Amino acid sequence: MMNWFQRRGRTIIIAIPMLWLLIFFLAPFFVVFKISFAEIARARPPFTPLFSWEESRLLISLSLENYAYLWDDTLYVKAYFSSMKIAFFSTVFALLVGYPMAYVVARSSDRWRNILLMLVVLPFWTSFLLRVYAWIGFLKGNGLINALLLKLGLINEPLIMLQTNFAVYVGIVYTYLPFMILPLYANLTKIDNTLLEAAEDLGASKFVSFMTITLPLSLPGIIAGSTLVFIPAIGEFVIPALLGGPDTLMIGKVLWTEFFNNRDWPVASAVATAMLVLLVLPIMWMRRAAEEEVS
Amino acid sequence: MFFRILSVFGFFFLYAPIAALVFYSFNASKLVTVWGGFSTKWYGELFGDPQILGAAWISLKIAFISASISVVLGTLAALIMVRFGRFKGRTLFSGMITAPLVMPEVITGLSLLMLFISLQGLIGWPVGRGLSTIVIAHSTFGLAFVAVIVQSRLVDMDKDIEEAASDLGARPVRVFFDITLPMILPALVSAWLLAFTLSLDDLVIASFVAGPGASTLPMVIFSKVRLGVSPDINALATIMIGIVGLGIFCATLVMLRKSSREG
Repeated sequence: MMNWFQRRGRTIIIAIPMLWLLIFFLAPFFVVFKISFAEIARARPPFTPLFSWEESRLLISLSLENYAYLWDDTLYVKAYFSSMKIAFFSTVFALLVGYPMAYVVARSSDRWRNILLMLVVLPFWTSFLLRVYAWIGFLKGNGLINALLLKLGLINEPLIMLQTNFAVYVGIVYTYLPFMILPLYANLTKIDNTLLEAAEDLGASKFVSFMTITLPLSLPGIIAGSTLVFIPAIGEFVIPALLGGPDTLMIGKVLWTEFFNNRDWPVASAVATAMLVLLVLPIMWMRRAAEEEVS
Repeated sequence: MFFRILSVFGFFFLYAPIAALVFYSFNASKLVTVWGGFSTKWYGELFGDPQILGAAWISLKIAFISASISVVLGTLAALIMVRFGRFKGRTLFSGMITAPLVMPEVITGLSLLMLFISLQGLIGWPVGRGLSTIVIAHSTFGLAFVAVIVQSRLVDMDKDIEEAASDLGARPVRVFFDITLPMILPALVSAWLLAFTLSLDDLVIASFVAGPGASTLPMVIFSKVRLGVSPDINALATIMIGIVGLGIFCATLVMLRKSSREG
């Protein structure tokens, strides 16, 4: 039985987070959408108004030029596909590095398992920015890796690693590795050991039982870990900005440059709108579809 | 066995850069390849830098306030999703609490800034940008993470005790504060810590919505390391790793004690 007061209370409780999200999460996208139709101008804020009154008539000026520009200037299309490529291969590398680690943690004794898990989680709680920064000292021309290789006589002159796409891959795999390991670990611990024992009794080698039992059963973990790495990697700004070079094209960096360096708010807004439609909406749709499949 | 060898390399990969940072924070030489002897001078330099100390203070304040707001709003959101059944706008609501998890930071930052600027033009608030605008931005994405954690706790939780309490005549508010809240408290603590860390760590969103006056710690670090390696940042990293390491170590000890007592 719900009386009037309780129904009121319920509405108020729903309204608090709902209003907060409507104002500070949803409304901003409409503002960005609106500004993406404006033109850059020397004004404050630096774009032309969409609506103006002239002789008591409402003038609406919509410009599709920003979107035409995104399409014409190959930079943006290239950046979009390059982000996809970098995020995809980083995810594959993170899986290759993370899977053995998750496997070993999941199969270790109780005592070791807690310690190893702690070791996996610890870097995640330390500053993301500082972990990316740590690689600068490793990868640069007179950095640690080059010094080591030179001393060992493996190379004659320093390798150029910093400010390349290679450095970006290393940075992404490094910073997002815990996101790959944790869901994989959670999945691998759930696999029924009796299946493996049965396979062994029937004479299957370790390799065969891994390929036919463990790997297929860990597919949900692989998918969960991969999405957790792929999604943040695709819009990444810090890693390409610190480790990548001028020719490292990633859409997050392009938007940043458009806004902070070129101060072109309408084009930056158009980039954001395009990213939202071509990147975020498909990801959300896929997640929804996956969730429905599960339930 | 093969996996074991690989994972040794994996852990080495995970910790070598961190170990190097700690090591070089005590290096008297500015070059990473030259060992100039043990020195704590970079720590001295760090604590003598008013810009870094000021930014650290601002970041801690923002993280504390926004984590607290996130926990309140996120817990409400989780309660609504798990316990409130159907209501008008539920699909929209659930979309809005999961979308921030997949939203690229550059989009969140840019769009919030545009909102703040047009709000200022329309209703005169917020006046300029700084601490308060960063707090709003961080609270909003923190909310989503808190909601996920609390939601999964609420789903796992036994509903019987809550139902028993309300059968015995407790009002919903009383049930929440006497039964639900104490039961989800551990989840709230970890959610708060996560929101705090995410806020302390954020560079991109803060850069967009911060005014010229307020620079957070990541913003100052970013502008410094953009120009290359700087040893006082190594010292700062060492301190942060020390604090986090100690915290995680204590948490693990508590957990191990608990599990050994139960087992």
